[in-house]
Amino acid sequence: MKSLHAQHHPLADSGYQLTVLTQADVEGAQLLPFAARLRETGLLPLRPTGIRVMQINVGKMCNQTCRHCHVDAGPDRTEIMTRATMQLCLDALVQTDIQVVDLTGGAPEMNPDFRWFVEQISALGRQIIVRCNLTIIVANPKYYDLPQFFARHGVQVVSSLPHFSALRTDAQRGEGVFAKSIKALRLLNEAGYGAEGSGLSLDLVYNPSGAFLPGSQAALERDFKQRLLREHGIVFNNLLTITNLPISRFLDYLLESGNYASYMEKLVLAYNPAAAANVMCRSTLSIGWDGQLYDCDFNQQLDLPVEERAPQHIRDFNLAALNNRAIVVNQHCYGCTAGAGSSCGGATT
Amino acid sequence: MEKSTYYNPADLSKFGNISEWQPELGRKFFEYYAEVFKEGALTEREKSLIALAVAHAVQCPYCIDAYTSDSLQKGADEAQMMEAVHVAAAIKGGAALVHGVQMMNKAKELSM
Repeated sequence: MKSLHAQHHPLADSGYQLTVLTQADVEGAQLLPFAARLRETGLLPLRPTGIRVMQINVGKMCNQTCRHCHVDAGPDRTEIMTRATMQLCLDALVQTDIQVVDLTGGAPEMNPDFRWFVEQISALGRQIIVRCNLTIIVANPKYYDLPQFFARHGVQVVSSLPHFSALRTDAQRGEGVFAKSIKALRLLNEAGYGAEGSGLSLDLVYNPSGAFLPGSQAALERDFKQRLLREHGIVFNNLLTITNLPISRFLDYLLESGNYASYMEKLVLAYNPAAAANVMCRSTLSIGWDGQLYDCDFNQQLDLPVEERAPQHIRDFNLAALNNRAIVVNQHCYGCTAGAGSSCGGATT
Repeated sequence: MEKSTYYNPADLSKFGNISEWQPELGRKFFEYYAEVFKEGALTEREKSLIALAVAHAVQCPYCIDAYTSDSLQKGADEAQMMEAVHVAAAIKGGAALVHGVQMMNKAKELSM
């Protein structure tokens, strides 16, 4: 499967995505603007509560082309962070006491400077999260030692596994992905990941494989733990439930399948003020592959940079100015505020 | 174009409207309903699968839509959902067949 970008698909244009998202009337349903909903609940303008996580997207290159990918990542994407931009991130990091660096992509491991970057962050004593798609570990011999590399640097591994059944996982992430993911999880377990007392944390990410919201995080975690242990002998720490946001490839799926209006309605009806107060953009700064600054990875993919009064690029990093910015919101933000809330760390309420 | 069926999927989201003409009984029903589906001795997912099976047994299209969606949301997979439908089918089929004993009894009673 090609990325929307490679297909020259209209939805590869973020401006067009925003046009679709901001329609006032969707099949007869009036969708209240998200900003208005925030105002009603006393949260507009949405302000940071203090940046605690630096999330860095080191490139859109990926060995998979998942049907719900909000990055539109894939083997045909060439955008990649350079070592010079990584150095700017490190320069910014040393100016702060930000303790968590969250590396994402694409498959972040495919960036040729990925290991160098991890080593540098590790030397600064910061906690590192790598959003690993699992299959990369078994994709090529040069990645086989990733579990040991992660373990050496105490990296927290966060990996997508949409379901404990092959059918639902492969439907979302591609034929054969489930079997490869299980193989990679075994290798991570062998390296100590997920084992009690090892200090090596392995979290799994659940995204619904369709036009519905995630169920209870605690209940799903229990099911995943039982099934993965019983059927595959695999252990992990936490399951993080993440709602699919209606952008990029998931938006394409929603429109193609005729589910867009009902999904948006579902998100809007499930708006939860407590989740809105806890959205991850209040404590996270997102950095694009080219060093541009964003409020979150979703805004990044929609080309919605941080508000113009704040520093726009990592080379101009200024923590105080960024902590005073107003967060940019749009209709897709309903995804993070529906039900129990959604963030890169799972449910927020 | 006018629909050629009594059922309209859009009516599912109007379920709450039944309280309009009898608020007190409606309130009691929905309170009970919400309580029934909370996690208890059974998980929410197990209850959703039971509801899905019952929806097929009572042949309620609204309930089938609602509990297909709910089962997916609760993390059930296709195999679990279809097994639930087979449970409903087995009970419905069994219910018909077990009455065969009554038929046999009656036939024997009437026969020489």
